[in-house]
Amino acid sequence: MDPYALKTLNAERRARRAAILVTDLGDGRDRIVREGDSVAGELGQAIAKAFRSGSSVSIEAEGRTFFLNAHLPQPRLVVIGAVHISQALAPMAKIAGYPLEIVDPRTAFATPDRFPDVALHAEWPEDVLKRQPLDSYTALAALTHDPKIDDFALKAALDANCFYIGALGSRKTHAKRVERLLALGASADQIGRIHAPIGLDIGAASPAEIAVAVLAQTIHAFRSRGLEAKGAAA
Amino acid sequence: MDNSIYLDEARDPLIIAEGWMKDGKDVAIATVVETWGSAPRPVGSHLVIDAEGNFHGSVSGGCVEGAVVSEAIDVIDSGKARMLEFGVADETAWQVGLSCGGRIKVYVERLG
Repeated sequence: MDPYALKTLNAERRARRAAILVTDLGDGRDRIVREGDSVAGELGQAIAKAFRSGSSVSIEAEGRTFFLNAHLPQPRLVVIGAVHISQALAPMAKIAGYPLEIVDPRTAFATPDRFPDVALHAEWPEDVLKRQPLDSYTALAALTHDPKIDDFALKAALDANCFYIGALGSRKTHAKRVERLLALGASADQIGRIHAPIGLDIGAASPAEIAVAVLAQTIHAFRSRGLEAKGAAA
Repeated sequence: MDNSIYLDEARDPLIIAEGWMKDGKDVAIATVVETWGSAPRPVGSHLVIDAEGNFHGSVSGGCVEGAVVSEAIDVIDSGKARMLEFGVADETAWQVGLSCGGRIKVYVERLG
């Protein structure tokens, strides 16, 4: 392995950016491909697929054998609101492989007692997200339906291109939210990415059932990344 | 977002390999490039080895690491990469075969 390739790869991984190490198994030469770099032909198609699936794979292309080692950042879930739904969502998301953090400035809600073993920030989203910005391998679920707490985080999630953005609240609540986000400078296209009412439509009623619906929608969004854009181009 | 809370730097084989390199050590990197049947570690998993035989990471559940380490020391000496195959069909199965019945291909290369 080229020492420079290893350094570059580790730098990308530390910065939570997706990268693939492409090794020619015939002559041992390797190089780093970042998400969004254009690579032509069969090799390029295989690379695009590996970015989407996150699976590493050996492939034959252009008469050679290549190994694609896909390094995707750990997907994570940021939840705004230390509410009843979040209490159910925290353990479920962890088991599913989406470690979760909870942000809620209301200290009566954000207590370790209510959220044992969870990364909990009893602070305003403005402060937490300044310290730990969102990115495209992060999902954001806004669950307080309080504009003072949710709106900033939703706008930040749109700007960071989070792979999933969901917001709790009825259609009426969401319509008012859309007005506010437009006023904050979000475009209609951006706002269209918000899942509201939140969660896959499984008829969820209880807080725990809504948590299942939110988690399922998060997983679906992660596993279908890039497919919408591809469908639109076709 | 800083990945540090999600990237376990103290145990991450590629981060360790980079650290060894900075310390001036000779390093080999072993990578699972193909699996068949039930394999304990997924494609892409790494074992990193230095010239003294110290290693981190895994390419199996501990079944073939010993064999990979000794091959890796040869790779460090020669500088020539090797492709290793392990599995029940392999004649070395008695010594280092995968007890789970799977088969894996491991690419071993020198760093630099």
